[in-house]
Amino acid sequence: MILDLPRFVTTERVYWNDLQALLDRLRLEPNWRMSIPEIERLHYLYERCSADLVRLDTFATEPQLRAYVESLVSRAYAEIHETRARAGKIRWGALIGAFPRAFRRHLGAFRLAVGLTLAGCAFGWFAIRVDPDAKAVLMPFEGLMGSPAKRVAQEESAKTDRMHGQKASFSAQLMTHNIQVTVMTLAAGVTWGVGTIILLFYNGVILGAVAADYVGAGYGQFLAGWLLPHGAIEIPAILLGGQAGLVLASALIGWGERATRTERLRAVAHDLLAIALGAAAMLVWAGVVEAFVSQYHQPVLPYGLKIAFGILEMAALTIFLARVGRE
Amino acid sequence: MSAARTPALRIETPEGVVFSLRLASPVLRALAWAVDGLVLAAAATVIEKSVRVFAMLGTDWATALQVFLYFVASMAYAMAFEWYWRGQTLGKRLFGLRVVDAQGLRLRPAQVVLRNLLRAIDFLPAAYLVGVTACLVSRKGQRLGDLAANTVVLREAKLLEPDVEQIAPVKYNSLAAFPHLAARLRSRVDPEAVRIAVTALAMRDGYEPAARVELFGELATYFRGLVGFPEGAVEGLTDEQYVRSAVRAIYGK
Repeated sequence: MILDLPRFVTTERVYWNDLQALLDRLRLEPNWRMSIPEIERLHYLYERCSADLVRLDTFATEPQLRAYVESLVSRAYAEIHETRARAGKIRWGALIGAFPRAFRRHLGAFRLAVGLTLAGCAFGWFAIRVDPDAKAVLMPFEGLMGSPAKRVAQEESAKTDRMHGQKASFSAQLMTHNIQVTVMTLAAGVTWGVGTIILLFYNGVILGAVAADYVGAGYGQFLAGWLLPHGAIEIPAILLGGQAGLVLASALIGWGERATRTERLRAVAHDLLAIALGAAAMLVWAGVVEAFVSQYHQPVLPYGLKIAFGILEMAALTIFLARVGRE
Repeated sequence: MSAARTPALRIETPEGVVFSLRLASPVLRALAWAVDGLVLAAAATVIEKSVRVFAMLGTDWATALQVFLYFVASMAYAMAFEWYWRGQTLGKRLFGLRVVDAQGLRLRPAQVVLRNLLRAIDFLPAAYLVGVTACLVSRKGQRLGDLAANTVVLREAKLLEPDVEQIAPVKYNSLAAFPHLAARLRSRVDPEAVRIAVTALAMRDGYEPAARVELFGELATYFRGLVGFPEGAVEGLTDEQYVRSAVRAIYGK
């Protein structure tokens, strides 16, 4: 049997137009709070249009009409069946607490990120001590290729401010680069964790190789004074990116979990967002410190002061991640 | 007919209603991305010109501001637009694409951020090679960012009401003079055959002449076999005119 299409369209058009007007308003005004009668009306129109779609499927096959009603039903479905709360105003207090809470919820992933970085450090340290020529391969960065002794002598005896006129731009470049590295470490989790593991290990290798180079040459204090002020925040931020990457990988793999992949990913999405935002904020601070503090050495800034500053930052970060946002 | 060729996401509601959402092709997504790239390039130019105002503070600060603002713009552009325009950037809006939750539900902020953060991986090694490969392999056309955020990119259906006149633009339908026969035709006809006839009429100008004659000949034979209209009503009608009149009669016109 075939529907009397013109009569069907004439009868139902008023309901379709009504539903379309409601859906358009919801799209244009995301924060519109519907009253109970409005919600009831939306539900009625959704059910009526769903019934129309079923009738069209059963009795008629006019493709344009079907596409029209189907589009209305699909849009209304998203509004009717959404059970999660709508995002309201941003509550900064809650947002600040969400970061450390997300960190604590996935402490195992953070420990694994630390372990992988330490393994990389050990490898980098060992490789440089055994074969100092491996420096060019392990840390191919211009600033690290030269001899530590020469660099320390140069920077400690500098009579002028070598960062003059470029501190702010250097700081901005550091922030953006480090945030990109952290985002990449997180995003690489989508490769079932393989990419994140490689990136964490490689970061560790560079860190271990640099440490071996400077400590081996007897400049451990210079290294600590140079790295700690910004590294106390920058390195944990990259580890947090790794933690998020491993959480993402774990949700994708879902070892021994009964929930579907979609459910697992939904469950961790907010935590990933909180960790990523937290790490980005940390890297903005680290970028400022690296450009304005880390590049100045004794006698301008005593190493003891720089190391103490780094330790203080690390302590504050530890307290923040361990205590803030506790219920 | 086209629905069979277009990849679609089928959703069954708890009420038992099934609807499908057309998935966007990688080509359209690439075009939308190219438009977004142009928008970002324009934004970079605007930022560069705007920060010149801050040059009085020193070129160092102006450069820092430029680097930082461009970075924020490139990271936040897609996130902000997809959130405020419910799954659309300028490029996506231009090509009628929309990001939605893979279950057909509303897009959440965490999903928007996650799918855009994961562009870093989808872009590798260059020009979204990983993302395009993932799209082609994935049943739902998802790049890795979509997979992690549980989102899909749809090609939005245009909300056009059906136009029966466009299907059968004749002013006088000789078959309509016999409502009882038209009602019998309606009750006997196979909906699938009507669907084919409607599509054939809508696309009739695109067919090769020989194929057009053959197709409407077969359809007319089918419709004639269902109900016999009086000789006077069908006299002089070509096969195509007969099919057109039959479709109009079926739809009550």
